[in-house]
Amino acid sequence: MAQHQVNYGQDAGLPVALTTIDKIVNWGRSNSLWVLTYGLACCGIEMMASGASRYDFDRFGTIFRASPRQAEVMVIAGTLTKKHAEFIRRLYDQMAEPKWVISMGSCANTGGMFNTYATVQGADRVVPVDIYLPGCAPRPETLQYAVMMLQKKIRREPANRNRNLKQKRFV
Amino acid sequence: MRPYRPKDNVQKKAYYNDRFYVTPQIPKDDPASDEVYSKDIEKLQSKFSISESYIQRGELVIYIDPDSNVEVLEFLKDELDYSFLMEMSAVDFLAQREGFEIFYELLSLSKRKRIRVKTFIKENQAIESVQHLFRSANFAEREMFDMFGIQVNNHPYLKRILMPDDWEGYPLRKTYPLQGDEFAQWYEVDKIFGKEARDIVGPEIRDSAHIDRYDTERFARLGHEVPRGTDISKDEPDTDNHEFQEEGGVFLIKDLNKPQKVLSEKERRER
Repeated sequence: MAQHQVNYGQDAGLPVALTTIDKIVNWGRSNSLWVLTYGLACCGIEMMASGASRYDFDRFGTIFRASPRQAEVMVIAGTLTKKHAEFIRRLYDQMAEPKWVISMGSCANTGGMFNTYATVQGADRVVPVDIYLPGCAPRPETLQYAVMMLQKKIRREPANRNRNLKQKRFV
Repeated sequence: MRPYRPKDNVQKKAYYNDRFYVTPQIPKDDPASDEVYSKDIEKLQSKFSISESYIQRGELVIYIDPDSNVEVLEFLKDELDYSFLMEMSAVDFLAQREGFEIFYELLSLSKRKRIRVKTFIKENQAIESVQHLFRSANFAEREMFDMFGIQVNNHPYLKRILMPDDWEGYPLRKTYPLQGDEFAQWYEVDKIFGKEARDIVGPEIRDSAHIDRYDTERFARLGHEVPRGTDISKDEPDTDNHEFQEEGGVFLIKDLNKPQKVLSEKERRER
């Protein structure tokens, strides 16, 4: 005596979603990127602005964490000095897998204008970098774009890929 | 024969090749021309040996013996009321005079006058600390030690202040290369991964515009990533369009990129 016939074939009619494990894992990962606060210089101000209400990083599921053990993305925002390189590597090693690195701004990418003895000429000499974000300093929109690109990258990867590959380079 | 002068010594290079060129100098006045300074220099000269003194830009400059720096500064502070050490550091004159010139900039708040005390030490000569007179000298002397390698006697905590503790070399010496010596260039690699990683990491790329599209170790190509270290010099993957989201949307996420129709003025009025 069904008065209403439910058309399960129609859009959003069937209360079942079919997907792959990879997709659902990557969906979860890419939309809850918790970022390790790593403001080293003026880029850090832009990073803070991205997290504040006007740009609102929370929309992307990106929440700044103060502990590397709760974070999965490290945004290296600013000039990385040689004195500090040791600590950035230690914090990177403390982050739980899977983890990604965004190198924000010219200084972190290549050393930037600091072509000197005391600046690491590119953060990729110390930690493996996924996204290089140009600018001096990049605007919050640029950082948001970088996070979107990172999300896109994460969704494309297999969920169980061996992230350790990157680290084995130096071990 | 003309005397041989090494041309790679940057410090000895002349800025001007014109042999009739005279370096512009700020005029030096007699200390007696200033009312306050004339009294000060009289008192100073009665107690200490002052090799030279003049007024430049309205500030008194005196040259003292390096052994008497504490006594002179103490006298200036206690008797002549120069109570504030604004800054102190050294200047590298190793190439010209085989030593450093150390200067102390003092300010008298009551007299509204500044005085610059200068002294010259040889390369391996130490200088006495003045941090018991002026607390600001503590960090300044540490920085002087860090940057020039000048030993400061009786300093409570003479340790590098800006550079890492295990740093080699003194960066503010004129002979120190701007882009660092070998130790500096490999510092972070040696420290984190060990010397054997030098071959893997490679030397520093000092050209900040350097891009190698085939380098999959260092450059992640968005949209067509390949596993790290893959050789893509032969068949480079096609370029991808860079949009925010994948075509066809993402699982459970609304398509932000969906084209929206912009209404014309007429259409808006009809609504």
